[in-house]
Amino acid sequence: MAKRQEQSPYGLSQTVRKFLLSGFVVFTFIAYAIHERFSHPDSPLAANTPTVVIQSSIQPTSTVPEAGATKALPTQPILPTPPPATATSTTGRYKDGTYNGPMVNVYYGLVSVQATVQNGQIVDVQFLRYPNDRRTSVRINNVAVPYLQQEAIKAQTSEVNLISGATLTSEGFVVSLREALKSAVN
Amino acid sequence: MKQTRILMGMPVTLEIVDAFATNELFDSAYNYFEYVDEKFSTYKENSEISKINRGELSLEEASHDMQTIFALAEQTRDETEGFFDIKHTGQYDPSGLVKGWAIFNAANILLDRGCKNFYVEAGGDVQVHGKNDQGTDWRIGIRNPFNEKEFVKAVAVSNQGMATSGTYVRGQHIYNPYDENRVLSDVMSITVIGPDIYEADRFATAAFAMGKDGIYFVERLDGFEGYMIDKDKLGTFTSGFERYVIHDEIH
Repeated sequence: MAKRQEQSPYGLSQTVRKFLLSGFVVFTFIAYAIHERFSHPDSPLAANTPTVVIQSSIQPTSTVPEAGATKALPTQPILPTPPPATATSTTGRYKDGTYNGPMVNVYYGLVSVQATVQNGQIVDVQFLRYPNDRRTSVRINNVAVPYLQQEAIKAQTSEVNLISGATLTSEGFVVSLREALKSAVN
Repeated sequence: MKQTRILMGMPVTLEIVDAFATNELFDSAYNYFEYVDEKFSTYKENSEISKINRGELSLEEASHDMQTIFALAEQTRDETEGFFDIKHTGQYDPSGLVKGWAIFNAANILLDRGCKNFYVEAGGDVQVHGKNDQGTDWRIGIRNPFNEKEFVKAVAVSNQGMATSGTYVRGQHIYNPYDENRVLSDVMSITVIGPDIYEADRFATAAFAMGKDGIYFVERLDGFEGYMIDKDKLGTFTSGFERYVIHDEIH
């Protein structure tokens, strides 16, 4: 009953609301159009704007690098330490011979290296074992798979932000090599 | 703003393009990596994983994160036809899973802090968000396994993860010391682009371990694309990979 009595004022307010709403929509649209016009006069400029802002925020930090920070990672090899560098840092004169490092547990398997010393210098480091030798239990059915494209790989010159690559054994490599060289020290 | 620190035995690089980036923001992500390393490093005697491996701690008593990783490892093992297994010779080493998981969580910390345009990269695996400082998708090169100073493919991605698994040992004959005649793998590296780095990393790891079948495994995964490089310097790519490739070579 109460509802019925309220129906006419409710209907009136609904009409007012409709007006307000459509007015609001039209206003918003115009406001948005004006905003777009002034803030993005053309798209190339708009695309460039963030770069300018960002440049200024990059500058201060590049002059205050973290301790031990490696900048410009793409040019920095993230490979296991090259043998000569390791030799000098371990300070050593080594007895000539071939030395095997222990198995070291790395990301998903064991790694073991062998160091060869000639004239007191490390001349070769070989992987005796690499953690990719567990292909026994896989059964993959390739029948329903489409032919995949192949190409000869070729060095690229595009500008990139960073490089994706494998580094799985860096720590294990160093550990195994260190142990191998312990027995080589004079 | 870009920083690199050595954590978990590898370089961890963060670049945050958002103008409000502070050192404190970087610390919040790096601290997370330190936390993960303390807990999951098999090199650290007092890490939780080392305690589990010595039988001093049961999985039931272990932390929530440890239980999560073990559950994820089991799930991954099922999804990769038993290939991905964190147990070797009676010891658990979940680091193949932890790396991608840590990058993913660190990126989420930055997202929660309001970051929109950034990447978190650890040891060649990366989660990217938003745009780079040029306002375009993040441009990532795939390292040449035969020359670490080069990259052989450039792709543009955003709000995704990209991981590469492989052996980069130039000119070295990799063999099994117990059976020298057995060829271990013809694959130098496999790169996977996926919805996030946790997914991309675990499937890159499993795919790499599968040898030449790995790229077909990636082909069959919905929402993932891959690029495999074999010992003959051939690149094989999945049917949807091309859409990420950048073709603006400078000659």
